[in-house]
Amino acid sequence: MQTLLNTLYVTTPLSYLHLDNDTVRIEVERETKLRVPLHHLGGIVVFGNVLVSPALMHRLADNGQSLVLLDGNGRFKARLEGPVSGNILLRRAQHEKANDAAFTLEVARACIAGKLRNSRQVLLRGAREAKDAADASVLSRGADDLAAALRALPGAADLDVVRGVEGEAARQYFGCINFIVRTDVREDFSLDGRTRRPPRDRMNALLSFLYAMLMNDCRSALESVGLDPQLGFLHAVRPGRAALALDLMEEFRHQADRLALTLVNRGQVQAGDFTLHEGGGVTLAEQGRKTVVVAWQERKQETLSHPLLEQPVALGLLPQLQARFLARTLRGDMESYLPFLLR
Amino acid sequence: MLVIVCYDVNTETREGRRRLRRVARVCEGVGQRVQKSVFEFQIDLAKMEELERRLLAEIKPEEDNLRLYRLAESRGCEVREHGVFKATDFDGPLVL
Repeated sequence: MQTLLNTLYVTTPLSYLHLDNDTVRIEVERETKLRVPLHHLGGIVVFGNVLVSPALMHRLADNGQSLVLLDGNGRFKARLEGPVSGNILLRRAQHEKANDAAFTLEVARACIAGKLRNSRQVLLRGAREAKDAADASVLSRGADDLAAALRALPGAADLDVVRGVEGEAARQYFGCINFIVRTDVREDFSLDGRTRRPPRDRMNALLSFLYAMLMNDCRSALESVGLDPQLGFLHAVRPGRAALALDLMEEFRHQADRLALTLVNRGQVQAGDFTLHEGGGVTLAEQGRKTVVVAWQERKQETLSHPLLEQPVALGLLPQLQARFLARTLRGDMESYLPFLLR
Repeated sequence: MLVIVCYDVNTETREGRRRLRRVARVCEGVGQRVQKSVFEFQIDLAKMEELERRLLAEIKPEEDNLRLYRLAESRGCEVREHGVFKATDFDGPLVL
């Protein structure tokens, strides 16, 4: 079993990352703040205006560790990666299977089934823990809606129907997820459906930020097993879009949703941690961003017992495992793709 | 596992001071300095052997002294730290 290598996140503007022998040294205003030996790291993620020395970039490329550049809001900008490795036969199988309508439909259905089931668990848990009977009934009705969508899925004859089922279910899900938020902060974190580019309320800003990090993890996972992250099954292929990473991400969105709700309900993230821009966009401010990144990293270290492997697995390794299952399915070693299902 | 390395290098000669710098440089590349000549490493056995080999290549056995301690798996209960310096846990969230 491979271990979960740590990721170094640098959010402080104007930090300078140096290569110092076999360690990364982070300087802020010429003062060394942190040193991390490279062998602990799977990759480095930097936010906004952070400098990285060329020597470090070369070493990361040599080691096969990734360097990801995000803008200040956590949106993906670029990724520095060594030469494409992995198995050409696997990628060829992926491209061949992408033209196979029946196979594509099956994988797309599996991704959405995973997403719906896991999202439903979020609502059910919210309903169980709700203090207010009205909230609980809204949430359990939402869970019933998702269950209905789940039942409609096997009957979906083509991709467009699957996408339609998903869209409708997502609308219902985001329509009631707000009822899990603690009543006294519900006004600050009100969410009226999902908005993005830019997110128009705090909850959407928080979700977008977490999804961006999840997306990175999924993309890295696919690349590390040698799949082409751009060629998806559910998501249409478009230049510059990591469609397969988006596919893989569907079954893990609940992790981001849950974390967002926990952070808000525990008061770890508050209304003041966001910046409201003119024109209605909302983004996480620097301190809030740091809180969220730390919480995300801690969450990834948590383990659960994997339903299929029957052994404890760190949450952060799940995308890796699923990517491997997907690779096996593409090769024909596994009969059908099984999404990760929350128990 | 957690490995602790401490060393005494005889710095009376110029050659000795050079060895001290080189030993420290090897250690800094793999672990973190927790005291002036004490380092902590979060590494496996293979890495530890490699580290030992690299350190032995630097020191002069007639004049210097090197000790490596291997600590059992779970980190956190074996080490209690006090005072100004706080070590970084490389398995925890690394956010700056």
